[in-house]
Amino acid sequence: MSLELRDLRKKFGPTAALNGLSLSVPRGEFLALLGPSGSGKTTLLRVVAGLEFAESGAIEIDGRSMRDVPARKRGIGLVFQHYALFRHMTVARNVAFGLEVRPRRERPSAAAIRARANELLDLMGIGELAQRYPEQISGGQRQRVALARALAIEPSLLLLDEPFGALDAKVRKNLRIWLRDLHDRMGLTSIFVTHDQNEALEMADRVAVLQAGRIEQVDTPDRLYAEPVNAFVHEFLGESVRLDCVVADGVARFHNIPDVCLPTGCAAGPAIALLRPHEIGLLPGPGPAHVESVHAAGPMPRIRLALAGRIVEVLLPEGAALPMVGQSRGVDLSRARIYSAA
Amino acid sequence: MRLARRSVLPGFGLTLGLTLTWISLIVLLPLAALVLRPWELGISGIWHSLTEPRVLAALRLSFGAAALAAAINVPLGLLIAWVMVRYRFPGRGLADSVIDMPLALPTAVAGISLTALFAPKGWIGALLVPLGIKVAYTPLGVLVALIFVGLPFVVRMLEPVIVDLPADAEEAAATLGATRLQTLWRVVLPALGPTLLAGFGAALARGVGEYGSVIFIAGNMPMVSEIAPLLIVIRLEQLDYAGAAALGVATLVLSFVILLLINRLQRRFARS
Repeated sequence: MSLELRDLRKKFGPTAALNGLSLSVPRGEFLALLGPSGSGKTTLLRVVAGLEFAESGAIEIDGRSMRDVPARKRGIGLVFQHYALFRHMTVARNVAFGLEVRPRRERPSAAAIRARANELLDLMGIGELAQRYPEQISGGQRQRVALARALAIEPSLLLLDEPFGALDAKVRKNLRIWLRDLHDRMGLTSIFVTHDQNEALEMADRVAVLQAGRIEQVDTPDRLYAEPVNAFVHEFLGESVRLDCVVADGVARFHNIPDVCLPTGCAAGPAIALLRPHEIGLLPGPGPAHVESVHAAGPMPRIRLALAGRIVEVLLPEGAALPMVGQSRGVDLSRARIYSAA
Repeated sequence: MRLARRSVLPGFGLTLGLTLTWISLIVLLPLAALVLRPWELGISGIWHSLTEPRVLAALRLSFGAAALAAAINVPLGLLIAWVMVRYRFPGRGLADSVIDMPLALPTAVAGISLTALFAPKGWIGALLVPLGIKVAYTPLGVLVALIFVGLPFVVRMLEPVIVDLPADAEEAAATLGATRLQTLWRVVLPALGPTLLAGFGAALARGVGEYGSVIFIAGNMPMVSEIAPLLIVIRLEQLDYAGAAALGVATLVLSFVILLLINRLQRRFARS
């Protein structure tokens, strides 16, 4: 199925949780919603699931408006951040819940429901936990139960709210790979919320970066990393070095770095130049950069430079000649991306 | 007797000692005096004093009305507790304090007010007379009084548990296709089950022991609307201390057995 969101708006008091948000998710995609806390990720998920309601805008699933469709009829699987398992039911009953509450005509037989629940638990790799209660199993296992429960209703769309948030690093890493694999095998369409950029970039087909209830950019992980559309996206994804500059006549110039001018399409006025640490080149000196320290441990040497009144970290390519502390060197900023500061 | 594991909180011996002393002084000692008293009648004397038709009728009314009142208070209290916890409405703070009123009110005052309300010429009683329903001076009056005094127990026991109910479990049920009724029946009520039982037990215990509010509205006709606690007082006034104690012990034992059963049931509920 495909999901289409158009101009969703929702306010909590004076703050806009969704501020004219539009997004389309094609069938089969694994999309990550990435953003700082308070950017509206969870609200968006809840609005799509039908647990919250936008004040304006449209939600369509396969072209069908969800406007008057209540949560229970949307057929959307939602995995809650804290799993929201039913504590008084066994794992198997939790998974079977969505089938047991169906109207009699659509409900499979009791034996079929049991078989389906066991089959899903086996698929999750926790078949042996069927008769346990949620409080008797670990966090990672609860996560899988919550997922199995959501999948039992054969959802057209799977939503996951910070699915790995409460798990330790090692479990998280394994579950990531496993979940991505499951998505592909079952032919799901999934949206998952995260504030962890590595998680988003590693797992998703596309990543939507949210800020203050708006989508700043939706793109594949590599394009998002290589071509961020604005300074927020650039700085949110990966390490960034930020230098102030001024654009005039189609070139950016830096205050304390003479002889560097970069052509740009940016509007005239104050601007920001952003680079990844490995995109800064070190030129033979003397120049505007002053070498503060050199850390050669690890594959890429990490150099700290005093440049234009601030400390800048630079990653040199493997095997590059190391500068000496105290040296004065030139810098190559030609790979900088220039964004208007306004 | 020892702790299964070493605890981070020290003072097990001291606190257990204090607890036992306290229970002995305040609870066990008076009860022991009560239990020892009737034996001067001899076994057959006790049996005789307890199987009088008037005594049996009083016990039946006390326990029957208390159980029925508790059974009515559980759904009623659930409704009130749910509304108080889940909704915000003007006057909520006021309503919240009103719930506790039956606890604070001297029970005699409650009894007199209820009687005035439900007497054939009272505000509510006058409305019920044309329907052929008499509340005051009948067993129905006993029931009304016991509902009145038992309600706050159920409400106050349920409220903190409803506050702690995870809202996301209900939301999860909704996304899985459950109707509101199914969510209530399959998700909310099972989670509240043990507390509902505990509330029933508390309201029942209160109802069995209730005296002040009941005697005014009940009319106290022997064999019809006379409750066991009143009969105890009557025997005391006749200086039949052993007979009063015998009835007291009977009430005590019955209540204890019922509460024990409820406790058992509750534990089984919590486990499943």
